[in-house]
Amino acid sequence: MFRATLKSLLARKVRLILSGLAVVLGVMFVSGAFVLTDTLGRSFDSVFADGFSEIDVNVAAKPKVQVNEMEGEQTVAPLPAALVDRVKQVPGAASATGVVNADGARVIGSNGKVVTSFGPPQLGENWTGESELLKLREGRAPQAEDEIVINKALATAAKVQVGQKVGVLTAFESKKRDFTLVGVFGYSGDRDSIGGVNEVFFTTPVAQRLMLGEPDVFSSITVQAADGVSDEKLRDDVARTLGADFEVKTGEQVAADASASLKEGLSFFNKILLGFAAVALLVGTFLILNTFSIIVAQRTRELALMRAIGASGRQIIGSVVLEAIAVGLIASVLGLAAGIGVGALLAYLFGKLAGGLTLAGIGVPAAAVIGSFAVGLVITVVAALLPALRASRIPPIAAMQDVATPDRPLTKITVAGSLVTGIGAVLLFLGLSGNAGGQTLSTILGGVLFAFIGVALLTPLISRPVVSLLGAIFSWSVPGKLGRLNSGRNPRRTAITAAALMVGIALVTGVTVILDSAKGSISALAQDTIKAELVIAGQQGGPRPPTFDPGVLDQAKALPGVRLVDGEYGDMARIDGEGTWVAASSDVASLRQIFGAKPTAGDIDRLGPTQMLASSDTATSRGWSVGSTVNVQLTRGEARTYTISGIYESSQLTNPVTLPVTAAKDFAIPQPIQGFIQLDPGTRVSDVQPQVEALLADSPEVSVADRDAFIKQQTSSLDGLLTMIQILLALAIVIAVLGIINTLALSVLERTRELGLLRAIGLRRSQTMGMITVEAVVISVFGALLGVVVGTGLGAAVVEALKDEGITDLILPWGQMGVFLGLAAIIGVVAAVLPAVRAARINVLGAIAHD
Amino acid sequence: MTATVGQQAQAAARANDVWKVYGSGEAQVVALRGVSAEFERGRFTAIMGPSGSGKSTLMHCLAGLDSVTRGTVSIGETTVTGLGDAGLTKLRRDKVGFIFQQFNLLPTLTAKENILLPLSIAGRKPDPAWYDTVIETVGLKDRLDHRPAQLSGGQQQRVACARALVSRPEVIFADEPTGNLDSRSGAEVLNFLRNSVREHGQTIVMVTHDPTAAAYADRVVFLADGEIVSELIEPTAETVLDTMKKLDTAAEVGN
Repeated sequence: MFRATLKSLLARKVRLILSGLAVVLGVMFVSGAFVLTDTLGRSFDSVFADGFSEIDVNVAAKPKVQVNEMEGEQTVAPLPAALVDRVKQVPGAASATGVVNADGARVIGSNGKVVTSFGPPQLGENWTGESELLKLREGRAPQAEDEIVINKALATAAKVQVGQKVGVLTAFESKKRDFTLVGVFGYSGDRDSIGGVNEVFFTTPVAQRLMLGEPDVFSSITVQAADGVSDEKLRDDVARTLGADFEVKTGEQVAADASASLKEGLSFFNKILLGFAAVALLVGTFLILNTFSIIVAQRTRELALMRAIGASGRQIIGSVVLEAIAVGLIASVLGLAAGIGVGALLAYLFGKLAGGLTLAGIGVPAAAVIGSFAVGLVITVVAALLPALRASRIPPIAAMQDVATPDRPLTKITVAGSLVTGIGAVLLFLGLSGNAGGQTLSTILGGVLFAFIGVALLTPLISRPVVSLLGAIFSWSVPGKLGRLNSGRNPRRTAITAAALMVGIALVTGVTVILDSAKGSISALAQDTIKAELVIAGQQGGPRPPTFDPGVLDQAKALPGVRLVDGEYGDMARIDGEGTWVAASSDVASLRQIFGAKPTAGDIDRLGPTQMLASSDTATSRGWSVGSTVNVQLTRGEARTYTISGIYESSQLTNPVTLPVTAAKDFAIPQPIQGFIQLDPGTRVSDVQPQVEALLADSPEVSVADRDAFIKQQTSSLDGLLTMIQILLALAIVIAVLGIINTLALSVLERTRELGLLRAIGLRRSQTMGMITVEAVVISVFGALLGVVVGTGLGAAVVEALKDEGITDLILPWGQMGVFLGLAAIIGVVAAVLPAVRAARINVLGAIAHD
Repeated sequence: MTATVGQQAQAAARANDVWKVYGSGEAQVVALRGVSAEFERGRFTAIMGPSGSGKSTLMHCLAGLDSVTRGTVSIGETTVTGLGDAGLTKLRRDKVGFIFQQFNLLPTLTAKENILLPLSIAGRKPDPAWYDTVIETVGLKDRLDHRPAQLSGGQQQRVACARALVSRPEVIFADEPTGNLDSRSGAEVLNFLRNSVREHGQTIVMVTHDPTAAAYADRVVFLADGEIVSELIEPTAETVLDTMKKLDTAAEVGN
């Protein structure tokens, strides 16, 4: 039996290669994701280990407000300079150095634009001398107030040279300030940057003022251990001396902690990639199921003969499953290998993009190997089980009869399909209506999966009328008509092939519907509510939002025709111990006049230095009312008590809490992020815009735009997201194309005699190819049509569920859907090429003369 | 001799010193050894011979389904030898009709659609009178909307015959047309073929190994070992059988 299986496997190489390819691609995604995140993780480890290699013990203040990787960067409150001397006196400390080290030092390149880092921080620091790690390559250390040195990679990116004047924006000054570049440094091992981090070194007083906002403070203190004192001992001694208000860690600990927080982000990334792998594998399952079904159907006679000479049904199942295991095993090995390649390539690209992250060696974690084999084998075997079961039911008598695949009734499959679709709908409803009891995401995903399988089961029933309708377009020509009839010939086969394409298209359509609706709803809301003709804002290129000089706000207010100017600040704060997003407006009147806020209690037009406003939702959930006092801890400074003086109605455009603008100096980013300008009635936007633009000359991160352009800019991030998702889902569509090729190739093989006859009675080669192409196009357009319908349904359901979150308009991307259908037609043509050529090459005599 | 007779005598298909060799070297098989034959218009010719005699090969070569190693084949005015795929396709489309042992109908099409298929492929309209005549003759009037799976073997073969006839080809090649039929259905099909020759002047070349079937023809050509060895005009089942027996004996003696 084993030998027979092996032989039949070898005899069907091409078919199995095609279906195996689907598994290879899915497995590739799985192993690629693991390899990528593992490699990047170890690279980050080595970057941080390097960056902190000079430090024995590090002292920092405890963060006043904890933020996680998703909410932004952790900003640490400064330490008083006097602490350095206390640390120095700890026995066992050889030396202690006060360090300024904060994100937000942005160098303006020779082209007048801010050099962005796309991820890694842009550190502003105080120069404390060269070290083993850091060596000047050119020039000298900064000595005067207006002198800086920067790392080589930054100098290259900014295209600036030693001796030149260089503009820099700093954390506390978003207005350009000119410095003289007096030196450029590199790192040990001839590196120009460590992990793509840009560094600007000032003299200590300048760094303190511009990066920390006050004199005589440091971000941290680094301590060197005296000879014979271990890092751990020194750490414990320093910690005991300073008390519980400080975080004292060894250099290794700091590196490990920093790396761990980045890896958290990576594991999220890994999950997303695995999600896409799951989609690819779902599509692959359809493909394998189809291939094995066809193979079993074609082997009916052979399998019946085996039964006739004594093989048991169980042996038949075993033989088909054995084939599946062999295919799964080979595909897993190939997929794993391809995944390692893809993971390495992506890691390389990521390193390049992130400004030269030095990659650790490519690693293949055990999870990649185990995941690849588990996924590859399980998917293949599960997909082959159904056909195997069918094979075991072939009666021995079939060996003696003419092979006629009876058209089994579709009743059973239709009932099953309705049932599964129903389960999917119920799960979706539970998940989307928030009744899933904490399992919202998995319930929704389960619902989507069931819906896909259910619709796939219903597809054979739908396929007859729809396919014949679609095919009617081509019926004007004989090959077209024949192609149409062929595509309706085996509804199950057509259905599974089309369903595979459906999954990819449905997901893309669904995501497009959701994102377009979100975009449309946000735009509409902003258009209706924001009463500002001009907006100052910039494109965010890294973790830190662009900022501008607050002085511009006052200057803009003084321009003729300007009625109201508002600068917006924001930060994560701890209010009564709970993390809360707080905002500050430079002019609190803007709440009502620009953002249309309506007061529900108290006064929202004024705000004293110890007063604050809250939105109605926040007030309700926290139990606040006008007159309540709350304790607010910002990123910097001491906790302060504020009294709630007014409450405004919650809307998409209002912040949970509004603090007086005087509080903004203690925000992690103490500079305005957006500015809104309302003009006097009758003032022309085009008159004021250039003047504001001129005011922003020294704030190159931002620009002034009219409201429509601003809205477009704000929603453009959604476009990027959409494109990314579409690219990742394209893989699922590619696998579906393999499925179409496979189905057609098998059909051509099955119909060799028929094709020979058609050629014998005068069908030209080109007509033969046309016939196959029509069949392919009909199948793929049918799949795309199903996908568009299912995707629109799923998208609309999600949009409906998000109504309370502000996505109020359901926007259907008709243009996109048209593109998908067109694309499907092209896919059909492409998929038909090989099978069509094969059909056209059929030897007429061989086809009809063989028995 | 009248003009009609002259036209009658003109060959619808002709083989001129045709050789067909398969393989090369040790494995070389010579299927046809210099066969020359003419198949007159308006006549029903049967090609007979024991299996391996080359009768099917001769038919395939005549029909342009297979190439010849040496010699020429022509159908009507057209020289088949040397035509490319496009030329052969056109030849098959316009001048040749086929009837197979396996019927070879398209399962997705109805009987009527199958019959009209060669014409639709060629983009031609059927001559309504001729179409009616053909349908009348094959006796399928009430079965036209059925698919092949709903027809009996004999009915399917009659559809195949109608398909070959409806485009009025220069010559119809029939390859063991009754091989898959019971004797009654086979007789029906053969009668029908003979009538189409007698009443409508159709030319038919039929390959068969069944003496009873060959007896329906006007002329029988006998092949053995790739050569034409004998010929019968106006055969009967008995004379055909006798000739076959002689051939077998000769072959045995020869060996």
